[in-house]
Amino acid sequence: MAYTEHAAHDHHDHKPSGMWRWLSTTNHKDIGTLYLIFSCVMFFVGGAMAMVIRLELFKPGMQFLDPAFYNSMTTVHALAMIFGAVMPAWVGLANWMIPMQVGAPDMALPRMNNFSFWLLPFAFTLLLLGFFVPGGAPAGGWTLYPPLVLQGGDSFPLAIFAIHLMGASSIMGAINVIVTIMNMRAPGMTLLRMPLFVWTWLITAYLLIAVMPVLAGAVTMLLTDHFFGTSFFSASGGGDPVMFQHVFWFFGHPEVYILILPAFGIVSEVIPTFSRKPLFGYEAMVYATASIAFLSFIVWAHHMFTVGMPLAGELFFMLSTMLIAIPTGVKVFYWSATMWRGSLSFEPPMLFALAFLFLFTIGGFSGLMLAIAPADFQYQDTYFVVAHFHYVLVPGSIFTIFAAVYYWMPKWTGHMYNMTLAKWHFWLSTIFVNVLFFPQHFLGLAGMPRRIPDYATQFADWNMVSSIGGFGFGVSQLLFPYIIYKCIRGGEKATAQVWEGAHGLEWELPSPAPYHTWEEAPTPAQIAHGAEH
Amino acid sequence: MSQSHAPADNSKYYLPHGTPWPIIGSVALFTTMLGVAAWLNAWFGPGVFALGLALLAVMFIGWFRTVIGENQQGVYNLDVDRSFRMGMIWFIFSEVMFFAAFFGALFYARTLSVPWIGGEGVKVFNKIFLWQNFDAGWPTNGPAHLGPRADGSFEVIPAFGVPALNTAILLSSGVTITIAHHALKAGNRGILKIFLALTFLLGFLFVSLQASEYGEAYMHKGLQLGTGIYGSTFFMLTGFHGLHVTIGAIMLTIIWLRTMNGHFTPTRHFGFEAVAWYWHFVDVVWLGLFIFVYWI
Amino acid sequence: MNMKKLATAIAATITLALASPTAFAAWTLNMTPGITAISQRIYGLHMLMYWWCVAIAVFVFGWMIYSLVAFRKSQGAVPDTKLVHNTRAEIIWTVLPVLILIGMAVPATRTLIETDDASKTELTIRVTGYQWKWGYQYVESGVEVLSTLDRDSNAARQLGSGIDPGTVPNYLLSVDHPLVVPAGVKVRLLLTAQDVIHAWWVPALAIKKDAIPGFVNTAWFKIDTDKTGLYRGQCAELCGRDHGFMPIVVDVRSKADFEAWLKTQQAIQRPAEPATPAAMAGVDAAAAKTG
Ligand code: HEA
Ligand code: HEA
Ligand code: CUA
Ligand SMILES: [Cu+2]
Repeated sequence: MAYTEHAAHDHHDHKPSGMWRWLSTTNHKDIGTLYLIFSCVMFFVGGAMAMVIRLELFKPGMQFLDPAFYNSMTTVHALAMIFGAVMPAWVGLANWMIPMQVGAPDMALPRMNNFSFWLLPFAFTLLLLGFFVPGGAPAGGWTLYPPLVLQGGDSFPLAIFAIHLMGASSIMGAINVIVTIMNMRAPGMTLLRMPLFVWTWLITAYLLIAVMPVLAGAVTMLLTDHFFGTSFFSASGGGDPVMFQHVFWFFGHPEVYILILPAFGIVSEVIPTFSRKPLFGYEAMVYATASIAFLSFIVWAHHMFTVGMPLAGELFFMLSTMLIAIPTGVKVFYWSATMWRGSLSFEPPMLFALAFLFLFTIGGFSGLMLAIAPADFQYQDTYFVVAHFHYVLVPGSIFTIFAAVYYWMPKWTGHMYNMTLAKWHFWLSTIFVNVLFFPQHFLGLAGMPRRIPDYATQFADWNMVSSIGGFGFGVSQLLFPYIIYKCIRGGEKATAQVWEGAHGLEWELPSPAPYHTWEEAPTPAQIAHGAEH
Repeated sequence: MSQSHAPADNSKYYLPHGTPWPIIGSVALFTTMLGVAAWLNAWFGPGVFALGLALLAVMFIGWFRTVIGENQQGVYNLDVDRSFRMGMIWFIFSEVMFFAAFFGALFYARTLSVPWIGGEGVKVFNKIFLWQNFDAGWPTNGPAHLGPRADGSFEVIPAFGVPALNTAILLSSGVTITIAHHALKAGNRGILKIFLALTFLLGFLFVSLQASEYGEAYMHKGLQLGTGIYGSTFFMLTGFHGLHVTIGAIMLTIIWLRTMNGHFTPTRHFGFEAVAWYWHFVDVVWLGLFIFVYWI
Repeated sequence: MNMKKLATAIAATITLALASPTAFAAWTLNMTPGITAISQRIYGLHMLMYWWCVAIAVFVFGWMIYSLVAFRKSQGAVPDTKLVHNTRAEIIWTVLPVLILIGMAVPATRTLIETDDASKTELTIRVTGYQWKWGYQYVESGVEVLSTLDRDSNAARQLGSGIDPGTVPNYLLSVDHPLVVPAGVKVRLLLTAQDVIHAWWVPALAIKKDAIPGFVNTAWFKIDTDKTGLYRGQCAELCGRDHGFMPIVVDVRSKADFEAWLKTQQAIQRPAEPATPAAMAGVDAAAAKTG
């Protein structure tokens, strides 16, 4: 034991100080923190762009922006939110929680862990650099469809390489998650004892490894079409612009489940805790998640109902997409059944989880409507789609990130946060998010296309409502970093269990969790206690 | 740098404390990519790109040296070893998916887009209105007959020439590395060294034959990246594969050098196995290429 | 119960908003039923889906809200920690959605097959998307129309124009030369594009089809004879800077009026090749195939 003893007084709780600690760290908690901070920053960057969008759309007529700049705003807003805010938040939470939840001393490959984080700031530097080069930032939509995207200016190769780096980062992050879960579980932590957050992340990690390289391939073909004379996406050379869409959505649809599966995991932790009752149908939840992931590979062309696919293709993708409602519905029912005959209390994590339950379901319903191919001829590329995906992404993914932070923050910092302010954050967010996105359903049905900087006057009223909701939502978000900041600085001491109904290995550790945890594997008693799902 | 230079002990899962390499790698990749982008945009020359590559090399050397050093000290227990293995397997899987994107493009072009441009089935109007003079077939450089030759013609590289030879070479290299592996496990280091050397020599032979084929295609066959969809898929697939063979052969060389330095034991040789797996992956991809790109 | 109020408010808004399209101008809240048999069927599908979602929402949200009210800890609820399984309930909530989905899939499939049947058309129009305008060519007669954003809208939409869009009739939805089509005739559209992908969308026709450079897509419509008038739509695929400014206007006329218009246009334009017989033979053969 020479090494560990040596390490015990030399390295154990010794953290190098200053910048270098953060640049060189291999500690999962440090890296988790870096990811979460980065994610929060990108949420505000992407959110600021959303505010610019809503400002321009506040009333008809071009008020502030050049149309090309407007297109850059939507494109970079989406990329920043998806690749900068939501995905890094999940990896950050995975870093913090997975080792603690499975009884591992750290992530399995700590150096690579650091690498996968530090690639991200550089990737986004490349992307955002686009604003300062001739031609402006990418403006072809986050879906990067050729031939339009090939008309991009000097930012085009920067964006491509940024996406390559983001992909590399995600793949490394996913490998780390898989290896940690498969190899680092404490003895006795069987697969079917793992908390659902761990399960959903494991499945997400497989999705990431399977589809991020495909995105890398797709954008590489864009690059060579632009600079090296290939004709993958040009009919005159025998290619097809629609081919890009197939490759992109083969990535893109699983990607949207990458954005939501960890959220399912968090909801499956939070609802039982605040219902003081084990999760209803634990195993079925695992299988439902796995089926969603499987189905996500065979539905991609529901984003392409209007490209002129042969009938058989349209039918196949319509029907397979509809199938996803079943495992997802099953999950919704199991969450509801978990609350049934429980003993419910409404702390901030539970509030956000509940908002998720209602509002994600609404987003799921509109998704199902979109899946109906003939109806999608009317919905496609309208604000109905924008409403759909913001419902699943904002009160879906973003709210569960809030729930997760409010759930685990006392464990991270050792302090309780300001519950009243957090409840304000919840109520303001929930009300405004509906004011912001619900009217967009009407706009879409009434015929307003998406990705336009100006619109016909009959869309004016609901756009104004939506913008007001947007500003309200945006301002409310300022509470979030404030609450976190205050919580880090101090506050009522948190107990180890923090929440009365909480179960799981992380709650067996003191709050704040020490810098190194589970260097000694948890005892069978701890595992058994924690595994009362 | 706060690497821990601890004495050998592996009763615990080894966790490094701090590492400079990832941040160096991130800066290196950033520099490289900024350099390429700047070069492509004609902002400035390839200097920054070269600097990035140099930094990247520093990162790789440093990182691997650290890991190999730790390994030689014996701080990695079997759990760490298993983590490395799993990591390598999933990395290779991600590479498979990367190639899948390009294979997907090839299949899509061959079975869908090219016939459609030629007016097949419901797409008959493509022919009537846009591409009257195009008859779908494979290989093709599209209705605009893209490519270097004025008459729009080009020739393909026949499967049963150098590509078949290259298939034989890669397959034999798969055999030689397996022999080397068995020799390693049996503790027969003489055979190990010879067959490992043979493997990377075969690898480099493959790459040079491939390069000469490229030369042939570019100079004499009118087959280039810009030769329509055939040229695009051909060079993209074989090019990325060639790049992987090159990387694999370099890695083989490195583990050969390590073998010469007495690294690896009959029971513990993750580095060797990782490279061997990678090599087999490259091999399998080639079979796919040989069948779908060159042959049928 | 704040949650309950909120949910009720949401449900009420949705129901009010969508259930009574007549109470509001059709253009502002719900999808338009449109002017073709297909568009009306699609509208029907949309409403079918909508009502199913409302019904499921009432059930699921009702269940949740009941739990939130009835099982509050503050009201002394005691958790039943053994309740983690109930085979019968689980089977029901898996099988029931399957049945509902089948109920949705059948009419959807029927409608989809119907939209695909582009056979037996009497008039063919080639639609070409450009950055940022639409070109229309009447294939049989060779008449061509180039359709761009009208001047008033264009002036008003410039950054800092100072013109209130409210003063421009049909701001951003009117063009200089609309696409003129006859009612009561099955018309085929052949869509393609010159530069990037556009999408031709007229809600009243329930047609949205991508116009893709290098490829030709097919769509068709047959407008009810009593639905003459102007119908508006927009490009529905991001196509660059002025994507928001390439509207579509369809001018539906009676068959007689349409033919008169076509005659005049032929006289004015004197198309060089009114109809290439070879191409037309191909179109007829194609029609049989696409059917
Ligand atoms: C987190 C992200 C997320 C999630 C979870 C989903 C979930 C779903 N999405 Fe969504 N989607 C996006 C993100 C997401 N989507 C994005 C970003 C886009 C746009 C991309 C772009 O173009 O920029 C998009 C676009 C999109 C389209 C293309 C629209 C178009 O461009 O024309 C379609 C079409 O089928 C679709 C369908 C679905 C379906 C069927 C689900 C299903 O998974 C939903 C399942 C859930 C439920 C159905 C609710 C709960 C179920 C019950 C209560 C059970 C009972 C129900 C029934 C039996 C009906 N989505
Ligand atoms: C996870 C993904 C995610 C998230 C979280 C969001 C969040 C938001 N989105 Fe986004 N959005 C997308 C993903 C996402 N979006 C995607 C994929 C597209 C499609 C892009 C494309 O077409 O290519 C899109 C497109 C899109 C559009 C359509 C643009 C168009 O088609 O023309 C709009 C318009 O309203 C919009 C609005 C918003 C708003 C108001 C928020 C809000 O929730 C944001 C709230 C956050 C903040 C506001 C930040 C916090 C506060 C401050 C910065 C302080 C300052 C505040 C003020 C000055 C008020 N988004
Ligand atoms: Cu044309 Cu959008
Ligand atoms: Cu999808």
